[in-house]
Amino acid sequence: MDLHFGDSKPTDEEREAVDALLGPPGSAWETAFGDSTVRSDADLRWARGGRAARERRDLLLPGLHAVNDRVGWISEGALDYLCRRLTVPPAEAYGVATFYSMFSVKPRPATVLHVCTDVACAAKGSAELCAGVEGRLGLGSGVSVERSPCLGLCERAPAALVVRAGSPAAGLGDPPPDSRSSHAGEAEKAHATAVVAPATPEAAVLAASAPETAEPEPPASLAVPQAGQPGLTLLRRIGVVDPASLDDYRSHGGYSALRRAFELGPAGVIREVTDAGLVGRGGAAFPTGVKWKATASQPDRPHYLVCNADESEPGTFKDRVLMEGDPYSLIEAMTIAGYAVGAHKGYLYLRGEYPRALRLLGNAIEQARARGLLGDDVLGQGYAFDIEIRRGAGAYICGEETALFNSIEGYRGEPRSKPPFPVEKGLFGKPTAENNVETLVNVLPILTMGAEAYAAIGTEKSTGPKLFCVSGSVERPGIYELPFGATLGELLGLAGKPGNLRAVLLGGAAGGFVRADEMDIPLTFEGTRAAGTTLGSGVVLAIDDTVPLPRILLRIAEFFRDESCGQCVPCRVGTVRQEEALHRIAERTGAAAAGDIALLREVGRAMRDASICGLGQTAWNAVESAIDRLGAYE
Amino acid sequence: MTAIPLGVPRRLVEFTLDGQEARVPEGSTILDACRAAGKDIPTLCQGDTLTPKNACRVCVVEVEGARTLAPACSRKAEAGMEVRTDTERARHSRKVVLELLASSVNLSTTPRAAEWIKEYEAKPDRFGPDAARVDEEPRVDNDLYVRDYDKCILCYKCVDACGDQWQNTFAISVVGRGFDARIAVEHDAPLTDSACVYCGNCVEVCPTGALSFKSEFDMRAAGTWNEAEQTETTTVCAYCGVGCNLTLHVQDNEIVKVTSPHDNPVTHGNLCIKGRFGYQHVQNRD
Ligand code: SF4
Ligand code: SF4
Ligand code: SF4
Ligand code: FES
Ligand code: FES
Repeated sequence: MDLHFGDSKPTDEEREAVDALLGPPGSAWETAFGDSTVRSDADLRWARGGRAARERRDLLLPGLHAVNDRVGWISEGALDYLCRRLTVPPAEAYGVATFYSMFSVKPRPATVLHVCTDVACAAKGSAELCAGVEGRLGLGSGVSVERSPCLGLCERAPAALVVRAGSPAAGLGDPPPDSRSSHAGEAEKAHATAVVAPATPEAAVLAASAPETAEPEPPASLAVPQAGQPGLTLLRRIGVVDPASLDDYRSHGGYSALRRAFELGPAGVIREVTDAGLVGRGGAAFPTGVKWKATASQPDRPHYLVCNADESEPGTFKDRVLMEGDPYSLIEAMTIAGYAVGAHKGYLYLRGEYPRALRLLGNAIEQARARGLLGDDVLGQGYAFDIEIRRGAGAYICGEETALFNSIEGYRGEPRSKPPFPVEKGLFGKPTAENNVETLVNVLPILTMGAEAYAAIGTEKSTGPKLFCVSGSVERPGIYELPFGATLGELLGLAGKPGNLRAVLLGGAAGGFVRADEMDIPLTFEGTRAAGTTLGSGVVLAIDDTVPLPRILLRIAEFFRDESCGQCVPCRVGTVRQEEALHRIAERTGAAAAGDIALLREVGRAMRDASICGLGQTAWNAVESAIDRLGAYE
Repeated sequence: MTAIPLGVPRRLVEFTLDGQEARVPEGSTILDACRAAGKDIPTLCQGDTLTPKNACRVCVVEVEGARTLAPACSRKAEAGMEVRTDTERARHSRKVVLELLASSVNLSTTPRAAEWIKEYEAKPDRFGPDAARVDEEPRVDNDLYVRDYDKCILCYKCVDACGDQWQNTFAISVVGRGFDARIAVEHDAPLTDSACVYCGNCVEVCPTGALSFKSEFDMRAAGTWNEAEQTETTTVCAYCGVGCNLTLHVQDNEIVKVTSPHDNPVTHGNLCIKGRFGYQHVQNRD
């Protein structure tokens, strides 16, 4: 590879941000071009780089984050410098930087206010919120307001997230700011994030002007109306345990599952998980034991474990609540999964919009490492395992398992075509088991209560407890845990079903609508399938008759158009054509809409049949169900 | 890849293709099998010298038991597979994909596009006059080749040819996402400010004419481009000792562009800037 770099130079601040991540450059070849002041004679004869540097390609995404966090956007100089340090061709890095919505390659204010305009928030007045915020934060306010897809705070809709770029906020153990650093003393420029939900225009503007002093978020347990109730399995520690304390976690039964795992051995763990009948909770419902066994038995090494915590399905926030309320349980579960599949490294791919989860998980990993629960010799059992957090940067598609691998590896988050499947060729081309957060957390009760007792919960084909994300027009939105098999009506009964319920969006934007009179649909994989719908990721979004349905459908279409990676034609162009047709019929019904509905169906069918990945294949589901089941546009 | 050096004999895979028994060497794609059986399936992003990205989806076929259709260009034939290439379902997807493409970009210089649009009865106009189009002005920023992304179907061939599959220059990439995705160099700069070494291998593989010789672009603009009148002569490049094969396209006794035979086992259609663009000295008549 003969790389060519432009002559744009990074600013000191940009260089600092990159060096803080990668360490100082090894030779002058890695610094900005033409920087002859630092090039020694030896540098002219010898260059570090080549394979060793190229193998750090996966630090591209963290590097882009480093610059974006510090400066607020990614300049040519910063990008080129990062490329030099990692031996990544600038064109490719530019392709990566422009793929993610949280990055900007154009100058923008240091503070960005993301206002959610997705389904749950739209139903709770995000349009008014946007208007109010924009009325107050005009040009020159130093804040850029960006409309955002679901922020995963749907129980507290409408939601907003403030991200302010700046030097890293001083934490414990950081040296005191000194005068040499270009931004010392300017406390107001420290990197900070703030979550405002439910948001009023006043509160959002206040948080945007001073995110570091914004009201703290309510504890995660407030998202769990059942918190503290007896009989919970997955949620039992939420609101009970201190999410920052490893000791507290252990005193509430933490790490007993890992001990049991070591007693059983890897094959034994896989047997338990298989016998328990655990299937993936992310939407695809694939048997976890089968996936683990297939990964464990691959001769190719190393094996990887990936936790998919890129929860971006509109209406889904259960993983966030689990990670914020009980972070150690995920760390323990990942350790068990890694042990079972023979991995020594686990990647936790966390969506970029979850600052509190990032903080708590980071702390949990550090504590676990310090106490020998991660590292070279986990629990003194001679098994080495460690976890690295990778932050996403705003791309729904990165929740697709192979797109997630590309994203971690420093490529554009485009799905790969399958076969080969991840168990054979996954992350870095190696056998990889990928599971989402809820799936992994289920492994703990399986090991502590035993496969048989676990399988006794739920139904024959859908075993165990299940989390549901209830939002929209209900009295008590939040995460609910019910055994598989409870009906939609029972769940909505707990959450406070409104009298004027019009429809329920089941499974999120990739799921489907059901009618208000279909409350006896059993919440199981087989039951929803029999009812012609899907459980998806466990979204239950209630819509009452005050919410204009066509607007919601348009929002769903817009969501998929925005989030298509653009790789394949049916999805890239099909989502656009569908949104156009929905715009045309937004105010029309009956015969006036019939032509466009036929068009929607034809395009939708090709998208479902011919798209590369699940995004394009399911993008038409919700709208189709609204037409067929709810009689939208009749 | 056309020129396959003789290697270890490969096992044969048996499967059914449109109800007929088919036997192909292990590792062959469904498309290879179709072509061997004389079946014509439309393809756009598949190229004879590249690993297909399977992004265009015009080649989809039905595989028994699969939830979705499969891209014939990259799905390997497996023993016992039952493949149907011409079902209503597959034809429907091909038709819609052609409509989606033709309604968003200019396929006027894409070989066979018009023929397929007719065959599949695709009606790109039915999305209405306001259907979003790529709408890009041609980028003419150097004397060698023109980038007209209004014709680009994002097949990724140029990216692969410039990148790890042939040239290893990595001057171009897909940037942005969704409908806004485009091919661009770093920072979306002019080509002259990029890492491009003007080998033109991207032009060689582009299936739509989105990348074309400046000479061809100018002649088309002037209305003087006439492929029917052109002769093609394959010869050996005289610039250096590598000895690549060049195909000279000549119209009116002038070289109008240079390509390279894809079945050459050494170069597979790739050249360097001198072989590809350095032909003016031949016709310097002063
Ligand atoms: S001419 Fe060669 S180097 Fe330039 S973009 Fe095309 S393939 Fe890459
Ligand atoms: S420019 Fe040509 S080769 Fe490149 S992606 Fe577009 S159509 Fe394909
Ligand atoms: S095309 Fe380039 S590499 Fe090939 S023979 Fe000519 S000068 Fe040499
Ligand atoms: S946070 Fe707004 S829809 Fe989920
Ligand atoms: S030719 Fe097969 S997907 Fe493009």
